[in-house]
Amino acid sequence: MELFWYIVLVIMLAVYVILDGYDFGAGIIHLFFAKTEKDKKAITSAIGPFWDANEVWLIAAGGVLFFAFPTLYASSFSGFYLPLIMILWLLIFRAIGLELRGQVHNRIWEVIWDKAFGVASLLLALFFGVALGNVVRGVNLGMVENGVSTQEAHYFFLPLWNPTFSPQAEHLGIIDWFTLFLGVVSVVALTIHGANWIIFKTNSSINDRLKRVVFILNFVLLALVVVSLLIWHIIEPDPFQNFVQYPLMWLFPIITFVGLFGLFKVRTFKKHGMGFLFSSLFLLGGLASTVASIFPKLLPSTNTVNPSLTLYNVAAHEYGLSVGMNWFFIALVLVIFYMVVQYRVFKGKMDDVGYGEH
Amino acid sequence: MEDMLFYDRMQFAFTITFHYLFPQLTMGLSLMIVYFKWKFLRSKLEKYNEAAKFWMKIFALNFAMGVVTGIPMEFQFGTNWAKFSELTGGIIGQTLAMEGMFSFFLESSFLGLFLFGEKLLGHKLHFVTGFLVFLGSWASGFLIIATHSWMQFPVGYEIMENGKFVLNNFSALFSNPWLWPSYLHNQLASVITSSFVVASIGAFYILNKKHSEFGQLFVKTGVVFGLISSVLVAFPTGDMVAKNVAKHQPVTFAAMEGIFETEQGGSEIVLIGQPNMLEKKLDNKIAVPNILSFLTYQDWDAEIKGLNEFDAKDYPTNVPGLYYSYHIMVGLGTIFIGLMLLATIQLYRKKLYKTKWILWSLLFMLPFPYIANTTGWYTSELGRQPWLVYNLMRTSAGASPTVSSGNTLFTLLGFIGLYLLLGLLFLMLAGKIINKGPHILKH
Repeated sequence: MELFWYIVLVIMLAVYVILDGYDFGAGIIHLFFAKTEKDKKAITSAIGPFWDANEVWLIAAGGVLFFAFPTLYASSFSGFYLPLIMILWLLIFRAIGLELRGQVHNRIWEVIWDKAFGVASLLLALFFGVALGNVVRGVNLGMVENGVSTQEAHYFFLPLWNPTFSPQAEHLGIIDWFTLFLGVVSVVALTIHGANWIIFKTNSSINDRLKRVVFILNFVLLALVVVSLLIWHIIEPDPFQNFVQYPLMWLFPIITFVGLFGLFKVRTFKKHGMGFLFSSLFLLGGLASTVASIFPKLLPSTNTVNPSLTLYNVAAHEYGLSVGMNWFFIALVLVIFYMVVQYRVFKGKMDDVGYGEH
Repeated sequence: MEDMLFYDRMQFAFTITFHYLFPQLTMGLSLMIVYFKWKFLRSKLEKYNEAAKFWMKIFALNFAMGVVTGIPMEFQFGTNWAKFSELTGGIIGQTLAMEGMFSFFLESSFLGLFLFGEKLLGHKLHFVTGFLVFLGSWASGFLIIATHSWMQFPVGYEIMENGKFVLNNFSALFSNPWLWPSYLHNQLASVITSSFVVASIGAFYILNKKHSEFGQLFVKTGVVFGLISSVLVAFPTGDMVAKNVAKHQPVTFAAMEGIFETEQGGSEIVLIGQPNMLEKKLDNKIAVPNILSFLTYQDWDAEIKGLNEFDAKDYPTNVPGLYYSYHIMVGLGTIFIGLMLLATIQLYRKKLYKTKWILWSLLFMLPFPYIANTTGWYTSELGRQPWLVYNLMRTSAGASPTVSSGNTLFTLLGFIGLYLLLGLLFLMLAGKIINKGPHILKH
């Protein structure tokens, strides 16, 4: 039963990363590559009717985490207090940038909200990468000092950084060179992903330029992925252990590389959605591989006193989990139905939807 | 430790108070927009469609504010109330996760279609998307109040040896006797907010001699919705909620009514007076004898326990705050009924649009339903103190153990600054939409 909810949670997070990921990526493209008013309008129109529903996947995944794994929810949300609250602030800025920009026709107003939208998108992409880095690196559960827990075994708190920025320091911080590295990977991957969405959903004049951007950034991404494989052993001495034990898990890295290498053909794709498909595969495979490498751990412990949080020691009680399955399946069918309706109505190119016009 | 709890409470109180300024309008207004759209489908009169379109602009802005201030609410259970989340997550996590899955997806998927799909969908389907947005927002309210009701009146649980609350009866969460009265009371209160907002903007247009045709439509619609909801919010729903409190939280009931001593031969209802916690009495009190006993138990002489009967450590943490919240809510509710009744009489006599003083009153009433909704919630939340889960888990036991007060104050200040900005932007943009007004009709 725990395993079922674990899989549900990972899938929901993956869906969130793929869906809101293109929103963030579109924001980054908007910040760096959109020059004309027409390009900007095409970009915001391409995500306009979708971003709100995409963000719901985060809330819904948070809800499932809360109800299925309450101990993990409590431990990680209080331990990662500062970055989570900052993510909230960024989400607010990003949303109001997008929603309020078109309400007043004034240059300064538009510049301010364009930047708010773009910068918040960039920082969110970075923060989510850093967050993933924190989860795989692990934390000092129980806040052990000199071999003694100073808090209950599953609680901790991390400041934003420590003076050494090292993932192996005794007192860890949210930002160290390892987590920051994953943040950069996330920014590059989501920029590619967002560009692919814009190519897919608009006839914008920057699309040809974006194809070149994707092509070049893909080399950067490949290099970053290779480097991350080389440094992974620093935080996880035996990263392939799970893949040896469960050979089916090799599927995830394979999906990642199919996505990554497929993208090199971005300039010759006949169908505009192909690029988006491959970058989605990359994100899905990358996230799944990362999560699989630490399975069944959800939040590793960096000390030897307190055990890691695994899906078995943080789950809610059996009855609640099984009764939850009933309503979850009903809700899931409805959600899929809504998505089909939504994407059918807003199918094709979105340049002329005129999002945010009032 | 005390500081830590204080800032955690302040942050939750501040963010939820600010957040709920928006959903209360969303829920009520979605109902009224659906009504306008339905009238349009029935009558084919363009003014109803334009009315719906005008209010959709306010709705879109308001909804966006509700969404962005709502996301922090779900996060804060974990960030600031980790111990509470850990121990009760198996239960309140159910209803909160259901809110995400059942209502947020519904709302967000169809909101885009509702706001941008009128041409693509045609009027009938457009009406359906509006209805689904309405349904989603009311479902969201329902699941939040189901969560709230469990904290006020825990049901369907057992407590494990490690202190965890475990669900053992899912359906009990929805047959909770606290749930339905509170839900209906709250939804009617939200219809009051939207009615007053619609009527107030209507009065503004009539008095301003601009868009007066829409002004009359808005005033009329607002007054009719407003009278019905103002009456129903007091009776039967408000009455039922108060009886629940009297029955299950007698110490809260005593505090909110300002009853310090148990009175023989029936309790009075307090109209005016300031709680004096030092001398345990009300200063300069004005009260009417025996009414409270009658309202609560339909018996003029029924005994109502005063605060003197309870242990001081179980008193609501802020007795004066609770007392004022409750009295402000009830006082405003009474004024709402009175004003809407007079307005309805004038409407019936076809004199409303010329009765200046009622129009001015409607115009200036705009902020008061917000105050009544907020103080109503304060009554409920301050009344539950010092408990998080009534009689089972104290608020002091629920905060995050590792988040220091310095970090909480930092984020609280951040929220205050950010929400101040949001509030200003909202007022500015809503003012702009209102000043521009609906599309002028061609005759």
